[in-house]
Amino acid sequence: MNQPDLTAQAVVKRFGDHVAVDSISFEVARGSFFSILGPSGCGKTTLLRMIAGFLEPDGGEIAIGGKSMRGVAPNRRPVNMVFQQLALFPMMSVGENVEFGLARRGVGRAERRKKAEAMLERVGLAGATAKRVDELSGGQRQRVAIARSLVLEPTLLLLDEPLGALDLKLREHMKIELKQLQADFGTTFVYITHDQSEALVLSDHVGVMNHGRFEQIGTPQDLYYRPLTPFVAGFVGDSNRLTGRASGVDGGLVRIDTGDGWVVEARREGDVANGDAVEVFVRPEAAMLSRARESSAASHEGVVESLLFDGAKSAVLLRERRSRREVRVALPQTGEFADLQTGEAVAFRFDPARAVCFRARRDGDA
Amino acid sequence: MPDASVAAPGDSGWRKALLMAPALAWLGLLIVLPHAELAVLSFREQVGPRHYVPSLSHYHEFFHEPEYWHTFVRTAWMSIVATFATLCLAFPIAWVIAKIARGRAAVWLFLACMIPFWISETVRTLGWMILLRETGVLPALLVKLGILAHPVEFLYHDTTILVGLIYNSMLFMIVPLISSLESLDNALIEAAYDLGANGFTVLRKIVIPHAAPGITAGSIIVFMLTLGDYITPTLLGGKDSGWFTEQIYTEFITRFDWGQGAAFGFLLLVLSTLIVVAGLKLTGQRFGDVMGRT
Repeated sequence: MNQPDLTAQAVVKRFGDHVAVDSISFEVARGSFFSILGPSGCGKTTLLRMIAGFLEPDGGEIAIGGKSMRGVAPNRRPVNMVFQQLALFPMMSVGENVEFGLARRGVGRAERRKKAEAMLERVGLAGATAKRVDELSGGQRQRVAIARSLVLEPTLLLLDEPLGALDLKLREHMKIELKQLQADFGTTFVYITHDQSEALVLSDHVGVMNHGRFEQIGTPQDLYYRPLTPFVAGFVGDSNRLTGRASGVDGGLVRIDTGDGWVVEARREGDVANGDAVEVFVRPEAAMLSRARESSAASHEGVVESLLFDGAKSAVLLRERRSRREVRVALPQTGEFADLQTGEAVAFRFDPARAVCFRARRDGDA
Repeated sequence: MPDASVAAPGDSGWRKALLMAPALAWLGLLIVLPHAELAVLSFREQVGPRHYVPSLSHYHEFFHEPEYWHTFVRTAWMSIVATFATLCLAFPIAWVIAKIARGRAAVWLFLACMIPFWISETVRTLGWMILLRETGVLPALLVKLGILAHPVEFLYHDTTILVGLIYNSMLFMIVPLISSLESLDNALIEAAYDLGANGFTVLRKIVIPHAAPGITAGSIIVFMLTLGDYITPTLLGGKDSGWFTEQIYTEFITRFDWGQGAAFGFLLLVLSTLIVVAGLKLTGQRFGDVMGRT
């Protein structure tokens, strides 16, 4: 890892009695795409606003490009932000929007125009200089907002859920475009979102935030396949969550008794002792369906409750035979179970290594 | 005013007409009719007892008697100054109410701006006289504090007239300003800071362009109110305050020259309209936009 563009050390922000950001530390490497992922109210916006300079931390240190940002006003930071609603200036043309920051730096008119035009061309908006902001489509506005920031060549670009206002189709498209833009410019992006799919698709690293703290920082693959906390396992991607008690711990493997007649096995994460209350997370695609009954301990039985057809993401909701718990199992892409009927009895199994077991959280939050 | 476009489908013509009737009656009976009468009065000259001929002599009088002309210019100029001063004072107040104060505090602040208007303008202006006259509260206070050796007469100065006019106009500037500032998205201000702007640039490039319709609407209202004010200039400026409405009053009441008074009234209407149009042109605003957006 080369010199980090952003370092946060034990950053704290309180609003009255509420601790919005609770002693957070992390680093973002130069040129990388870092996402802060968390549910609304987890403190991610507060953290971003502290990086941008709109809020001053109550404790800790934020450094950008190696320089401490304590007491540095937002208009003097080498950071630019793409706002949630984009905040393009409606009283100015597209070109004036892009030139705004350059003009504040005292760049001359001709130079400004040249740079703005070049930047708009790079984001695929050549010739839009004279247009009014409200003449643009949602995706084009998005690009203007990014161009307006990137033309200033910031050390860091902050993005505050910029795709939230777009409709689904455009959002999918802009996701790809954003990733390409970042790769193209090589600017360090810090992106906040509550949408785990955006975070997984876009980022080099993701910090999953909950209650003002990072639960886990890692690559999207890490978070998905090796979650370190129950929150991450539940928040990132779809999972079946089962609760029960550990009835046998054998090295890395735990046998879990759900208390209503169902026994499953899963990989242990963290400390789990025999008799502990535990939470188990199984991804829908980690479970495999079969029509033939097997009498092994790893095989479970259920009845098809409903079919959730969604193309490649199709799944089936099963009711486990003994515990009557609901389990979501992905349908294989082979089309093998395309003729599955509601009410049909099937068997399913999952690899214990792909199911993860944690000691249950005491505060009981989901 | 009821808007015809919101009428439910199936509304017949006479229903709409009925809805419009109060507004039309008000316009016709109280605005159009008296003005028509004034127009007739102003464009004729008395040549003998009960004998009138059409004439422009009343208008001729205005342009050839320097006193009338000067009084008008003075009134217009002081109204412009009062309007600008009101804008400068009202802007920060509107900013606080629209952008800084939250919830109840904003309501209370707005109420505080409105409370003086529950009292009649005459009484309010008399209040200023009690404060400012030579034997009044302010001179006594200044003497007591040792700032003045003797009480000074604060009444009957142009500045006193301006103070009264500004005070009486404040609310009419604050209301349109609040409504135009409230609609300004705070993210725009933050975005401007984020892109390197300072407070002054944010004001000049973002806030004022956004609030322009409100600024213009408030300025037009305040300018018209001060230009046509009678009580404040008369009470605070004295008999010789040289306010154009006083001239009109004198023609109608003292000299009983209704024709001349009517001509002055018309000239006030035309000239003030020209000043407003010039102001709109100068700031690049359109009247319809201004009134539609605030």
